[in-house]
Amino acid sequence: MTLPPIRPPLPNDDPRWKLVNATMRRNGYAGHALIETLHSVQDAFGYLDETALRFVAASLDMPLSKVYGVATFYHIFTLKPPGRHTCVVCTGTACYIKGATGLLEGILAHFALRPGETNEDGALSLLTARCVGACGLAPAVVLDGEVLGKQTPENLLAKLEGLVHAS
Amino acid sequence: MHLDDLAELAARHRAEETHEQEIRVCVAASCQSSGSLPVLEALKEACATQGNGRCKVKGVGCMGLCSAGPLVAVAERDAELNSSLLYRNVTPVDAPEILASLQGPPVERLRCPTDQPFFQQQVRIVLERSGLIDPESLPEAIVHGGYSALIQTITEMTPAEVIREVTASGLRGRGGAGYPTGLKWSTVAKMPSAQKYVICNADEGDPGAFMDRAVLESDPHRVLEGMAIAAYAIGASKGYIYVRAEYPLAVARLETAIRAARRAGFLGARVADTPFAFDIDLRLGAGAFVCGEETALMASIEGLRGQPRPRPPYPAESGLWGCPTLINNVETFANIAPIIRKGGAWFAQIGTEGSKGTKVFALAGRIKNTGLIEVPMGITLRAIIEEISGGIPDGKRFKAVQTGGPSGGCIPEQYLDTPVDYDSLKTLGTIMGSGGMIVIDETASMVDVARFFMEFCMSESCGKCIPCRTGTWQMHALLEKIARGAGTDEDLALLEELCEVVRAMSLCGLGQTAPNPVLSTLRYFRHEYEAKLRA
Repeated sequence: MTLPPIRPPLPNDDPRWKLVNATMRRNGYAGHALIETLHSVQDAFGYLDETALRFVAASLDMPLSKVYGVATFYHIFTLKPPGRHTCVVCTGTACYIKGATGLLEGILAHFALRPGETNEDGALSLLTARCVGACGLAPAVVLDGEVLGKQTPENLLAKLEGLVHAS
Repeated sequence: MHLDDLAELAARHRAEETHEQEIRVCVAASCQSSGSLPVLEALKEACATQGNGRCKVKGVGCMGLCSAGPLVAVAERDAELNSSLLYRNVTPVDAPEILASLQGPPVERLRCPTDQPFFQQQVRIVLERSGLIDPESLPEAIVHGGYSALIQTITEMTPAEVIREVTASGLRGRGGAGYPTGLKWSTVAKMPSAQKYVICNADEGDPGAFMDRAVLESDPHRVLEGMAIAAYAIGASKGYIYVRAEYPLAVARLETAIRAARRAGFLGARVADTPFAFDIDLRLGAGAFVCGEETALMASIEGLRGQPRPRPPYPAESGLWGCPTLINNVETFANIAPIIRKGGAWFAQIGTEGSKGTKVFALAGRIKNTGLIEVPMGITLRAIIEEISGGIPDGKRFKAVQTGGPSGGCIPEQYLDTPVDYDSLKTLGTIMGSGGMIVIDETASMVDVARFFMEFCMSESCGKCIPCRTGTWQMHALLEKIARGAGTDEDLALLEELCEVVRAMSLCGLGQTAPNPVLSTLRYFRHEYEAKLRA
């Protein structure tokens, strides 16, 4: 007879862990729900930290190395806390042809940020996406979840400047 | 449920609504980014105060001309896009004027003529309801023929008859490789297994491609219907849609559609009150280009890293969790319902000998009209670029069109009269791919373009096999060196040699096709490479 696995206690009393638990329960704590679970952790907390990875590994009864392997394989998952605002510059072909490189260079020159970095006071994170599928509006940027088309370095920097100062 | 019941349902929905005119606002991702939601709100408000009760304002799917968004169409109820009045670059301020024009002359300053080639040269099969119906409304899909093909197959046809019809249509996979769909279906159908799966590949990773996104956001029910018909034909009871997490709107609309289809009995334990059982779940991708490859995609659904495995065994034999699995692309499934409704022979009349039907293309890059088009196979590249897309702006010259994403290649001007079909593009050294077309003008350096794609392939390589993992890295380093003007003849020779090695030795499609952008730019633009070499 096999004993049912023991589910680990929630890491702390943060209510967001209940959302993560609900995702795992809905999928019967099956290993194939790992990516769904990591999505729900990142939706809830903004990133995946060690506590979360250990909790998910123990709950789904799989080695931490496997959870870490999956979390680092996919581009969407991040192990670093994001800034208060996130700017995702699309680097798809259409955006490249229409000047995405200029947008990135502008942000580097103005905020000293490279893709994957967050500035010192945690106000702004810069990310890149492979293609957000808004090629008709290239070059496109996703600013705090909102897609902005036909960007130029000038108007993007002005917008970012406004956000960073307001926060 | 029989076809009569469905017709009755449609008639009831129709009777509930008494409006004669519709104001349709595009609420697909592209127009939303240009600000169509406030326009929708303003029009609804204006309609409530100025309307006479005979007009309805609704959100609809993509109308195609994304660069002119937000797009608003004023039409008689059920009228097609081409026979409606189209307005472009609409802002909320324009709402009262548009409402006032319903009884009078149109608002000329906002007019977007629909008699231009962009609209007139299209043949809409996959996109037949896109821009016409509210993507979040199941009744609207039903009124416009949704689920009638599914009811027809499960009540009147045997699985073998369904496969015969799909085979007769000559439909080839729209994901890129162009494998005959009927053949794929019959292979999975023949497998003696109690458990089979249907997977919809909605991991549209090709940069520059947004066809699948538009279909999912504009008419999600036709994808569900196509999958259910496929499941009936091959004997599957469970399906997955693997969709990119980068497409949140498509994900939300699919979730809405799946819930509505379940409630209405088009999915679930007894589909339309027949013994046929089929249900669909969503699986979110997490940003990995390689997951568009079918074996990597299945690994990702199983919760693993999206790394491919050698084939055979093919998914048809041993796929998801070792069971026979049918994987088709979004657009392939979206073609199924019309094929069943109108017959395989009807579909086979459209297009060319080896490539039947229509293809949806995403036009982007240096052209006037960017957006989404659906054209019959066999149309020339010149017709697409010079007529439909309106040519190159700012008086610049055309240089190349890039088709098929990173797995494809660049086609120069002298081949613009080539008909667009799977085989002609292949002879030019590129591929149809999923249908992204990016136009490049004379200002771009082809060495830079090749380097861009190699950077993409290098960082998207899953790392499982060495030719792809280190080959793409080395090729990128060489391209970097050449683009910098520090390359030598030996570097160029080495680059060409590496292309062959990576192409021949890589495990999956990603590595096997990674050299294509280099090979095709070398084939047609070799002088640009040579000009960059250090003398």
